[in-house]
Amino acid sequence: MLRYAITRLISLGVSLLAASLLIFFVIEVIPGDAASFMLGLNASPETVVALREELGLSGSLMRRYLDWTGGMLIGDFGVSYTYRVPVSELVMARISVSLPLALYALILTITMAFPVGIFAAFNRGKLSDFSLMGVTQLGIAIPNFWFAMLLVMAFAVSLKWFSAGGFPGWENGVLLGLKSLTLPALALAVTQASILARVMRSSIIETLSQDYIRTARAKGLSRRQATTRHALRNAMIPVLTIIGLQFSFLLAGAIIIENVFFLPGLGRLIFQGITQRDLIVVESVVMLLVFAVVLVNFVVDIAYAITDPRLRTGR
Amino acid sequence: MRSPLLLVVGAVITIFFVMMAGISFIWTPYSVVDLNIADKLLPPSTRYFLGTDQFGRDILSMLMVGARTSIGVAVLAAGIGVAVGVPLGLAAAAANGSLFDEIIMRGNDLVFAFPSLVIAILITAVFGPSAVNAILAIGIFNIPVFARVARGASLSLWTLDYILAARVAGKGMVRISIEHIFPNIVSLLIVQGTIQFSLGIIAEAGLSYVGLGVQPPTPSWGRMLADSQTLIYSVPRLALLPGFTIVLMVLGLNLLGDGLRDVLDPRVRRARS
Repeated sequence: MLRYAITRLISLGVSLLAASLLIFFVIEVIPGDAASFMLGLNASPETVVALREELGLSGSLMRRYLDWTGGMLIGDFGVSYTYRVPVSELVMARISVSLPLALYALILTITMAFPVGIFAAFNRGKLSDFSLMGVTQLGIAIPNFWFAMLLVMAFAVSLKWFSAGGFPGWENGVLLGLKSLTLPALALAVTQASILARVMRSSIIETLSQDYIRTARAKGLSRRQATTRHALRNAMIPVLTIIGLQFSFLLAGAIIIENVFFLPGLGRLIFQGITQRDLIVVESVVMLLVFAVVLVNFVVDIAYAITDPRLRTGR
Repeated sequence: MRSPLLLVVGAVITIFFVMMAGISFIWTPYSVVDLNIADKLLPPSTRYFLGTDQFGRDILSMLMVGARTSIGVAVLAAGIGVAVGVPLGLAAAAANGSLFDEIIMRGNDLVFAFPSLVIAILITAVFGPSAVNAILAIGIFNIPVFARVARGASLSLWTLDYILAARVAGKGMVRISIEHIFPNIVSLLIVQGTIQFSLGIIAEAGLSYVGLGVQPPTPSWGRMLADSQTLIYSVPRLALLPGFTIVLMVLGLNLLGDGLRDVLDPRVRRARS
């Protein structure tokens, strides 16, 4: 177990190293230099030189990379060029929207997918199974930002149950905050719920055909007992992996959804950074998102190994 | 047997959109670049079959050219995945267990772990939004997918007797991979290609929606949605039509992919019979 954890930890480190190199390289190869890119065409040479100094762009490539990554390790993400505040402050303010949004979407995903997947599996081949799977096909085909627009049309414009966008802030009450995150979370969840329901369905169908289910039935367990005690538990293994992956999808997918609903989250921050050419913000927030995704995958792998001993030894 | 029916439906939808894109090269009902403010926001009529947008452009013509954009970007992005990923996967399988195989597969895991959308946004943001950069940004993440499929399918083939016979006959690894392994994994690659094609359509729409895809005046479905966003209160049709188009196209491709897998993948075929 310890050995497995250590191997996974090493690969986590390698992932982060590769990600930081990639991001750094992408930002570095911008035609011209970052300072003139950020200031635009009309900048005076003096301003460019001053900004280069400020950004620490004058050192060698190696030096700059080490400064950037070393800074991030101690929580120093640099200073935003447009906001004139440390990027870490911006991130902390925005993460209080993005993280709850992703978690909310994950909860919605699970509550929608589990009943559908289980019901479809036990009614395999019937009309209800066929129609539910048809709905999930549709759910997978819908781009989530368009589904978001449909939700706005239905629940904000026509029914006026929700506001079409914006975020009141947590200080005005948790419920109000959650309410404004409901439509975005639903928009994010629908695709992932469709995928998860299909995985759940095929996983249950697969386990139900296993020999140990027949054995359980043969030794006298009722169909229900065999299902709940043996089939569902084992069917959960692939489902858990998918849930882990989906959380990272939800976190990253929030980037576009936040723009549809004008939510002040990390996604909006990235786009504002892009349009204002605030590369320090873009660079650091992207790295942070990659870190979050890689970390979630790591935690899932470890949790997976704890529940399934077969995985601890080799592959 | 429901799969042949769904396969046919998927194929028909896909062919329909490919034809729409093809026709748009030689003919569209109206120009998609000329603005005609006098005819703005007209409802569907015999003159404008699907109506016009806020600049008086014909929606049908824009959807047709948009199909060209979407399909072009998604197909080329899948092409990058095939062109780079398949040789890597074949080579990794041929060198199974070697350091080379290990490096390829770990590299794959790395790319898989990345949030592809975030990196695609970063790439297009830095190199400037354009069709080419959108293709590259989406294509990079297709590489590990095809490498993994090619390697996985090839590994089991390498243990078969006819491959052993080919080796005894003195054929090298490269020749065996090309002449014997590749033809036998083509069907799996086609299925995967269809899936990546449909994912590419959604990814392209997402990138154009946030303004990082093809640039105006070239129409794309994603940007049509973005342009319609301020008008969803007054003219919901503008947001509904491109959205339905994307859903139909992706649904068609997914049905086609599922259907092809049922027909082509021997494992699924065996499980069904």
